[in-house]
Amino acid sequence: MPDTLRPVDSESPRLAQPLYAPIKRRSFFMYAGATAGATALVLAGCSKDPETPAPSINVSLGSGDASVLNYAYALEQLEAAFYAKVVTTGAATGLSPAELAVFASLAKHEAIHRDFLQAAINRDFAGMLLQTLTYKLDSITFTDRTQVLTAAKTFEDLGVAAYNGAGRLFKTRAYVGIAGQIVSVEARHAAYVNGLFAPGSFASANQIDATGFDKQLAPADVIKIVNTYLDATTVQLDVSTIGQ
Amino acid sequence: MNLFNIIEHLAEVDSDVLGRFDSRRAVFNSLGSAAKRAALATSPLFLGALFQKAYAGTTATPVDILNYALTLELLEADFYRQFIAAGLIPSGAADTAIRLIKTHEDAHVAYLTTAIQTAGGTPVAGNATTGVRFNASSLPATYVDQLKVAQLLEDTGVRAYKGRAAELTGTDLLTTALQIHSVEARHAAYIRTLRNQLPWPNATDDVATEAAYTSGIPSTSPNSSVVTLGGATYSIPQYDRTKPSPVESNINQGAVGIQPAVPVSTAFPNVYTPEDAATAFDEALQAAEVLDSSRAGGFLA
Repeated sequence: MPDTLRPVDSESPRLAQPLYAPIKRRSFFMYAGATAGATALVLAGCSKDPETPAPSINVSLGSGDASVLNYAYALEQLEAAFYAKVVTTGAATGLSPAELAVFASLAKHEAIHRDFLQAAINRDFAGMLLQTLTYKLDSITFTDRTQVLTAAKTFEDLGVAAYNGAGRLFKTRAYVGIAGQIVSVEARHAAYVNGLFAPGSFASANQIDATGFDKQLAPADVIKIVNTYLDATTVQLDVSTIGQ
Repeated sequence: MNLFNIIEHLAEVDSDVLGRFDSRRAVFNSLGSAAKRAALATSPLFLGALFQKAYAGTTATPVDILNYALTLELLEADFYRQFIAAGLIPSGAADTAIRLIKTHEDAHVAYLTTAIQTAGGTPVAGNATTGVRFNASSLPATYVDQLKVAQLLEDTGVRAYKGRAAELTGTDLLTTALQIHSVEARHAAYIRTLRNQLPWPNATDDVATEAAYTSGIPSTSPNSSVVTLGGATYSIPQYDRTKPSPVESNINQGAVGIQPAVPVSTAFPNVYTPEDAATAFDEALQAAEVLDSSRAGGFLA
């Protein structure tokens, strides 16, 4: 389309005083935006409902493939932090030596996923890396084996559902492949932890449906849960533009 | 549609196209199996087959990918049917879990079959006596060895789904594939634990040298993009013998575009062992590798 909105019909009389104002398309949108912006500013000046508190500190994951990678990075940070604490708690968790040995590998895997995603985002999307997150895990008693296993199962099943639900947001095929390489390891983790609850169990009761499908969750549903492990006065993750 | 117009347009992008359609005999031969030649008598199939053969390895149709998945699910479902029927599984948790795994595979078969029909395609089919099924003479005689085959099939299935996930980028079908793929990974982990192995492929596996954990196809194996298995014929991406998939012990990850993969053990500020690096990521297998007789293809009747 032409850059200006001036009619190109050469037979149209040129008017000295424009009834139309030829304007570049780009400028048109600037003006339209400015009008909307000015309106917003005016409205913002109106008093808000005083009972609504200021929103928590929202941290956006960004948009495009970078945001989907940041989403995975946030989840891996959570899992890595959790398993690191299990490992440092050690035998006091009530886990057997054999179980602790496997949990040490779970911890390594999550740390590797976290470090890998950080490196990949820095390499491919410089400047768009999500900040390092400090997760609060004090709702979990790490010296209680049942609580440790329950938390592990929760995080692993959540991770599987998150990757399954986010996969289609990627635009780049290579990231789909990489995510696939990670999610099956998380599913193996999930099966293992489930098995510690009950022999023969590799999934929670509602995890696999009648069509034999594992869960998939939308980012908004996952991040709601992830945000409960973050200090709401300092950071809450925002997925509203993920994948866009 | 006007075939000649289409070929004219194709000639603009592929100077070889007229050579591909040179003579009916050349086309017949290049399409391989006797079943395919017989099917060519039917005109619509002839046209479809021409385009399949000439341009296989570019973009598969959803039906192609669903039929690939269905083939593997039929194989697994029939294996578990035979595994259970052999009557050697100890009663209790193992028996309950293996029966549950079979219900999942049956559900996958049912879902994929319906999905293909809905997409207007013809699903591959099989049952205990015909079509895509597990070769009964490949079922080992002992429970211990049967369990080993279960592990190989599940781990191969996980690699197989991964191998075609990228073709589904940006689609709802990808979500479907991922939801099945992670269930197969749970199956694999469970069977491994039953066998007192780690839940993931690793260097200490008692079966680490099996083809399921390596890659490539033998030089004697055909790498045709048109494959006939168990009576069903469909296309898979053309296999490049110079580009086998990574093996499970691979530690290099993250190739994206022109960016190369990096060794996960040493590329980051935190240093990891090669074994941790290798086990943190599962690897894909390409369709030709999965269906080769050295892997899943060898289990088909």
